Amino acid sequence: MNHQITHKGAQGRRPFRPLRNLNAKIAAIPMILTAMVVFVGGTIWTVVYSFTNSRLLPREQFVGLKQYERLWGTSRWQVSIENLLIFGVCSLVLSLVIGFVLAALLDQKIRFEDTFRTIFLYPFAMSFIVTGLVWQWILNPRLGVQNVVRDLGWDSFVFDPLNNADIAIYGILIAAIWQGTGFIMCLMLAGLRGIDEDIWKAARVDGIPAWKTYIFIVIPMMRPVFITTLVIIAAGIVKVYDLVVAQTSGGPGIASEVPAKYVYEKMFQSQNLAQGFAASTMMLLAVLIVLIPWAYLEFGGRRRD
Amino acid sequence: MTESVAPVGRGPNGPKPRRVFSRRNIFLYGILGLVACYYALPLYVMVVTSLKGMPEIRMGNIFSPPVEVTFQPWVKAWAEACTGLNCDGLSRGFWNSVMITVPSVVLSIAIASVNGYALANWRFKGANVFFTILIFGAFIPYQVMIYPLVIILREMGLYGSFWGLVLVHSVFGMPILTLLFRNYFSSLPEELFKAARVDGAGFWGIFLKIMLPMSVPIFVVAMILQITGIWNDFLFGVIYTKPANYPMTVQLNNIVNSVQGVKEYNVNMAATMITALVPLTVYFISGRLFVRGIAAGAVKG
Repeated sequence: MNHQITHKGAQGRRPFRPLRNLNAKIAAIPMILTAMVVFVGGTIWTVVYSFTNSRLLPREQFVGLKQYERLWGTSRWQVSIENLLIFGVCSLVLSLVIGFVLAALLDQKIRFEDTFRTIFLYPFAMSFIVTGLVWQWILNPRLGVQNVVRDLGWDSFVFDPLNNADIAIYGILIAAIWQGTGFIMCLMLAGLRGIDEDIWKAARVDGIPAWKTYIFIVIPMMRPVFITTLVIIAAGIVKVYDLVVAQTSGGPGIASEVPAKYVYEKMFQSQNLAQGFAASTMMLLAVLIVLIPWAYLEFGGRRRD
Repeated sequence: MTESVAPVGRGPNGPKPRRVFSRRNIFLYGILGLVACYYALPLYVMVVTSLKGMPEIRMGNIFSPPVEVTFQPWVKAWAEACTGLNCDGLSRGFWNSVMITVPSVVLSIAIASVNGYALANWRFKGANVFFTILIFGAFIPYQVMIYPLVIILREMGLYGSFWGLVLVHSVFGMPILTLLFRNYFSSLPEELFKAARVDGAGFWGIFLKIMLPMSVPIFVVAMILQITGIWNDFLFGVIYTKPANYPMTVQLNNIVNSVQGVKEYNVNMAATMITALVPLTVYFISGRLFVRGIAAGAVKG
């Protein structure tokens, strides 16, 4: 692809000529600025200032790990992390399983495939705010699902996750699964369609039942799809914010708080910038724990272009 | 009666009937149908609730269709619903969202398409380093970068304005869009580019006269992706604009989750529906292209 050098057959080092390919460099300025100033610069800035005691405005008074000590000593942050873990594990497992099963069902050469796909995917077009508000309404204890079931005659029926501190996060999970699984299904469906038809024929000739073919042949073959999906879901989970704001505002009490919300409130509402920086640095750390092994597996092991 | 009795005596001959109601089909379509109901239910509840009067909502069942259809909640949500002291309805947020979304979509796509073209066809030294950083940046939680961006925008005098938010959307839309365009332009035949080079066309000439006309589909995909993404954004809207400029999602949340006053569920659902209408319209019109757009993130270069 290197048009500039191949026709000269240059094998050695390219001479340094900053003006060559000038237009392409100009076109790339926004990208360079975004990558270096916002992504790298901004991240480093936040990490550095998480070691200060900035409150209303950022200032360079370094206090070591004090912000982190305070962060991990705050019950609200502990609850946030706990919620993120519960929410994260559940939504990872559920969306992978549901997404894959739906994709497998749609892959049976059925009629109305497009109709089903359209129905499964439309929630993904809606914002988290809309999702949260709709589910807040459906889960409304006095007028929503609980009320409907009670009207049917089951008077003691209780289904009120959003007002029960113990299970509030699961109420949010229901909405998140509804919103996101359609997308996972689409990724999985693309993966299933990428599998050679002959594999299926061979399995059928050998008399292997379909479910066994899925578990022992198809799923292992779809490993790259699963890994990519996993990374996409994980990156989304860490960012979860709007949904909680819309559905419960973190309540009841602090029962459904999440880290992203903690960061926002420390930075923009309680004027405790460095606390927010420390919390966001922890979020970054969490993402890196997922991202680095993935990048290593994806790009480190085998070289590909 | 006679017709239905007749075949019994004839025994099994003729073509094997297609078994529409085989066990497998009942199972398959049964499950899919049930799941489809679960997915469709919230939209149905939203529409139904928004068309009922408040007395009917208090009496009845959220799943029952409206006895008396009223469009009053929609009118109220659009023109009269209150956020704090302002009672001019969602219309303000709607127009704010339009003012934010249109320039953001145009700017982000313009930047990313030229950038993707430069990366695909005019690779320069170091380009891939920046590109890799950009892609990895897409996974960094926004929370790490929001405050530095506040400072940058404040220095530029754009903090709180529409243009500040437009810039933010362009920055955060860049990784995925650049990837999308780079991959697309890389997939175009290279001979085309070479021929144009031989004919003396330059950087912009090739882009405008050759690449652009050939890449309408990918521009449509990018537009779908950006319109829905930016319209649905909440976090950036609430951080980078002042209350008068709040986009629709922020205003919607403020209307529905306000603590004062009696909760008018029908107005709330009408407001929610109005907010969801733009991305839903884009979704239902674009169909397969939407799938392609959202799956773009999963396609690795």
